[in-house]
Amino acid sequence: MKSLAGTGGLIRLILRRDRIILPLWIVLLVAISVSYVKEYGDLFPTPDSRIKYASNAGFITLYGELSGPSLGEFVTWRLGFVPVMVGLISLLTVIRHTRVEEETGRRELLGATVIGRHAQLAAALITVFGANLTLGVLLALGMHSQDLPLAGSVAIGIVYAGTGWFFAAVGAVAAQLTASAGTARGIAIGVLGGAYVLRAAGDTSAHTDGPLAWLSYLSPIAWAQRIHPYAENRWWLGALMLVATIALTTTAVVLATRRDIGAGLLPDKLGPADGTLGSPLALAWRLHRGLLAAWTVGFALLGLLFGGVAKGVGDMMKDDPTIQEMFQRMGGSAGLIDSFLAGVMTLVGLIASAYAVQATLRLRVEESSGRAEPVLATATSRWQWAASHLVFSLLGPAVALLAAGVAEGLAYGVAIGDVGGQLPRLIGAALAQLPAVWVLAAIAIAIFGFFPQASMISWAGPAVCILIGLVSAGVATAGWIRNISPFTHLPSLPGGTVSAGPLITLLAIAVVVGFAGLVGLRRRDLPA
Amino acid sequence: MPAAISTEGLVKSFGQTFALDGLDLTVRTGEVHGFLGPNGAGKTTTIRILLGMTRADEGTARVLDGDPWSDATDLHRRLAYVPGDVTLWPNLSGGEAIDLLGRMRGGIDKKRKAELLERFDLDPRKKARAYSKGNRQKVALVAALASDVELLLLDEPTSGLDPLMEEVFREVVKETGRTVLLSSHILSEVEALCDRVTIIRAGRAVESGTLSELRHLTRTSIQAELVGPMNGLAQLAGVHDLKETEGRVQFDVDTDEINTVLRRLTEIGVRSLVSQPPSLEELFLRLYEPEAVQ
Ligand SMILES: Nc1ncnc2c1ncn2[C@@H]1O[C@H](COP(=O)(O)OP(=O)(O)O)[C@@H](O)[C@H]1O
Ligand SMILES: [Mg+2]
Repeated sequence: MKSLAGTGGLIRLILRRDRIILPLWIVLLVAISVSYVKEYGDLFPTPDSRIKYASNAGFITLYGELSGPSLGEFVTWRLGFVPVMVGLISLLTVIRHTRVEEETGRRELLGATVIGRHAQLAAALITVFGANLTLGVLLALGMHSQDLPLAGSVAIGIVYAGTGWFFAAVGAVAAQLTASAGTARGIAIGVLGGAYVLRAAGDTSAHTDGPLAWLSYLSPIAWAQRIHPYAENRWWLGALMLVATIALTTTAVVLATRRDIGAGLLPDKLGPADGTLGSPLALAWRLHRGLLAAWTVGFALLGLLFGGVAKGVGDMMKDDPTIQEMFQRMGGSAGLIDSFLAGVMTLVGLIASAYAVQATLRLRVEESSGRAEPVLATATSRWQWAASHLVFSLLGPAVALLAAGVAEGLAYGVAIGDVGGQLPRLIGAALAQLPAVWVLAAIAIAIFGFFPQASMISWAGPAVCILIGLVSAGVATAGWIRNISPFTHLPSLPGGTVSAGPLITLLAIAVVVGFAGLVGLRRRDLPA
Repeated sequence: MPAAISTEGLVKSFGQTFALDGLDLTVRTGEVHGFLGPNGAGKTTTIRILLGMTRADEGTARVLDGDPWSDATDLHRRLAYVPGDVTLWPNLSGGEAIDLLGRMRGGIDKKRKAELLERFDLDPRKKARAYSKGNRQKVALVAALASDVELLLLDEPTSGLDPLMEEVFREVVKETGRTVLLSSHILSEVEALCDRVTIIRAGRAVESGTLSELRHLTRTSIQAELVGPMNGLAQLAGVHDLKETEGRVQFDVDTDEINTVLRRLTEIGVRSLVSQPPSLEELFLRLYEPEAVQ
């Protein structure tokens, strides 16, 4: 057990470093989940209304099949996306406390003290497993406190915790494979995305009696979902998740034994002895291109998915007033399918704003890692340096949105035999999200310029807007709350009318706030 | 010729802590200037002010006859910087990073780069994440030394180098013939390379001058067996830490006062005498101690 020496100390270190974020996501996810019981119980009081709401193709793609009409089952179904988020947070946390530590060399520093070779991995996994267990227990208690049956409440706790465990272990394996934290993240998120797509495709196919229903059996997300809390409570699927987690964890440990600290299993190739990079922009391209490619591909897939189901959703919505109302609140207007597509575009725009913030925060990453210092000690001015990254945080989302618009236009156009008509409409609708995306990017620039240590708060922008978007789609929300989100002020496209006023206002806000941020950056200490 | 670097009364605080507390520093054109001080003395903060990265709260700073804050970009074409803690882009090879930094500074001498890579024994094809601290430092050193600049700002550049490489570093710096500000806490390095030295403690320059000027500040340690009583010896100017046991005395004496003190000793009568030559090492240790700053 010498290889585990120091694990306890490392766990305390992780808990200290994450003392805010860790309790925050646990409490937030539990609170949101528990609040759904009353909210959706009130909105859909009868089994009929629930079955009707849940039985459209779009929802089945997003959340899977409803197992039955009881309130517990219905709420579990509607929360179908939350376990995926638990998985995402878990894998990111594990990678952050393993591979990132090695890449930055902090691991080396600790390695010189009395810390065993598996201690870092063990500490990260134990912490994240523990966090997921806490999440599951709190969720079970919370659900049961809402008068839902105890067994089912325990089962939904297992759905969340099991998904978190599984993907924490996926993160652990990915962290062993490559020497780059970025690549490790890419691999692990790829597995998560793949599992989600398999489930979505399988469930959609099953719903339409298609031949691909078996795809779901390959997806650990579907395994967790089919525990079917409040229905069959299939404990053995929970056990399956546990076994899979143990298998992956063992794999990670075996891989870790076979490699050197700092190295990956996939070999690091040698690079060129002479470089061609010679400007801040060239460097920024090098640093951002992977992110840009990943987001663009992701957005194209989203576009294909939504464009593909749009027609079916439209057919189904014809006789469902609840869902019509919902999509109209999300920003839709006249035509049913248009309102669905417009709602989807808002969602895509919201996700694009997360990319915009992520790309903007690269500036802070460069600053706090110390890599900005040698660059700024050359003839590169602060504004040139900032601009080189902001090109990607402003135009990157434009490229990704364009990809979503093209893919959605093609998929939907092919489905209804009108590519020429739909393609430009949906490209326009996608790009119309940009002013709101840029406002959130500008806020991130301003925070980075004036309060660099608080840069991470920039994530609150997309988070708040997504929350407002989700809440106001589900329930009627006060106007002033909706108005906080720049996305509320965008035209509802396709189908709605465009007025220049709000768009110009949003652009002006983005320019003023972003420029102010650059002035702040010019005046402050850097690094700070 | 104007000084390459001059600062007067630089003050910089971070919240409650004063990183700099009235720093005066002059680096003459063409000299290698040692900037010595214990950890946390304010060396890095000073260099960052000279680079226009950090703005001083008070005081003035001139670099190559320009204002480091407002003329930063122009000045940076004429100087090169090696940070104390070099971090590089994990996906870039060392060679790519060297060329990138060199080009952004305004150009790099290919021949010189190849020569330096050879001397520092650095494989430029490795990705930065595969480099050790010392190798990352070499990347920054090669990028800085292969550029055609007037001034080098080096912040503890040898802290990750092995002794062999440190020797290479010394040779290369001796050859450059440029103005160098070399921050360090290693005395032997400064003794080997520097024309003049500034010693900084708690944000203030406590001594500044050539090494031989500094030697005057050193103390010779003396042990003697005396014939008579040691009346008044302890009160003499320049005598420190005097201890007496059974007719034997032991004390340190300022190098400047040694003549007077020896005369007094012979007046008392000396049976035996051992003197230890002055060492800069002790001077630095003494200046590093907290009570050195009044
Ligand atoms: N960004 C900062 N924030 C807070 N304190 C700082 C910062 N930079 C330096 N300091 C403090 O200022 C003092 C001088 O630091 P520094 O210039 O790095 O010293 P040196 O390079 O001589 O070791 C130290 O006490 C350090 O903790
Ligand atoms: Mg320092």
